[in-house]
Amino acid sequence: MNRDLFQYVIRLGDNALINGQRLAEWCGRGPFLEEDLAMTNTALDLIGRARMLLSYAGEVEGKGRSEDDLAYFRNEREFRNFHIMELPVGDFAFTTARQFLVDAYDYHYYLALQDSADATLAAIAAKTLKECEYHLRHSSEWMVRLGDGTGESHERVTRAVTELMPFTAELFAADEVDRTMQEQGIGVDLDSIETSWNKEVERVFCEATLERPPTSFTRGGGRQGLHSEHMGFLLAEMQSLQRTYPGLNW
Amino acid sequence: MAAVHTTELPAGRNEDAINEVRRVLERVTDPEIPVLTIADLGILRDVLWNDGGIQVIITPTYSGCPAMQTIEQDIRAELNRNGYADVEVKTQLAPPWTTDWLSAAGREKLLEYGIVPPAGSSAKQDLRVPVTGLACPRCQSADTVEISRFGSTPCKALYRCNACLEPFDYFKCL
Repeated sequence: MNRDLFQYVIRLGDNALINGQRLAEWCGRGPFLEEDLAMTNTALDLIGRARMLLSYAGEVEGKGRSEDDLAYFRNEREFRNFHIMELPVGDFAFTTARQFLVDAYDYHYYLALQDSADATLAAIAAKTLKECEYHLRHSSEWMVRLGDGTGESHERVTRAVTELMPFTAELFAADEVDRTMQEQGIGVDLDSIETSWNKEVERVFCEATLERPPTSFTRGGGRQGLHSEHMGFLLAEMQSLQRTYPGLNW
Repeated sequence: MAAVHTTELPAGRNEDAINEVRRVLERVTDPEIPVLTIADLGILRDVLWNDGGIQVIITPTYSGCPAMQTIEQDIRAELNRNGYADVEVKTQLAPPWTTDWLSAAGREKLLEYGIVPPAGSSAKQDLRVPVTGLACPRCQSADTVEISRFGSTPCKALYRCNACLEPFDYFKCL
């Protein structure tokens, strides 16, 4: 088994899965019907992406684990997602700001991953990229509506961005796995993703009349399986059915 | 009951036999948009004979579209009903599905059904920019506005006509 490839793919899969799980919490609770549908549609795309990636991770691992085994029967310390994905949904401004920061990252990430030397990853990236375009367009517009909206919405989205920014450093911190994958032409160059991401964030913040807050500290460790206190609760809810009735089918 | 087609079928491509399978598959439609067959949608990529069985190759529309699972089951059920016992449905990701693969007939059927088909080629436009000036499927006015980018299914957006005031679905470019 190619351990680095397995790690690389499972990280991508976990990010999509946990982000999708969080976003799906809005189902039936959106501020109005159309937005409720938009958030759950995006969540569906993310979970679809997670399925493709986790299935592939299971294949790379070669131990016969399926997408469901990986999603429902791993413990907290075995999850490799970034912290930003697992943070509770907060208010609508917080969910929107997180989604925008993550959508901008995903868009530039999958744009680059389309050229991966790994044919399966390249195919998944090409498939997912077009959906990322819709997600990014949607969350960018909401950032502008909230930021350049009322005093209340501006204040709330400013608070959200201030809280979220320290969690974005982790998105660009390359480790041994990233470097090895990049050397093999499989992984992307995180430095260039960071440059594109910064431009995207500056552009939308400017239009949204938002200041980019200074960050005095950063949070990380998700990719080593070190998660925040929120992760266990998220998994408990997500996994409860399969843990109670292992192998349950619809 | 129809004859059971099994191992006596030749390996590889047998055009007549494959066309027969394609004719059966004409009856498999999208569960959400029943006027479209899977061939109209462009998700039916290939039909092959493989080790005596039939292999149907499809490609997903949206990554998480729940209709895909139903479509897979419908393909299997429809072929089984017509005497094809050994059916494998395989999903292929590359090249990724695009609305450019919607057939001309499919586009017409969509419009008749009240859904505006994708405007222009997905390959030639930036999906991040909203589509404007769509003609209302009821009164043909171009004075229409997007209400929500995400409609009742992942593939649709919701629009409203300012002339006749009716809402309508738009099948988004992807």
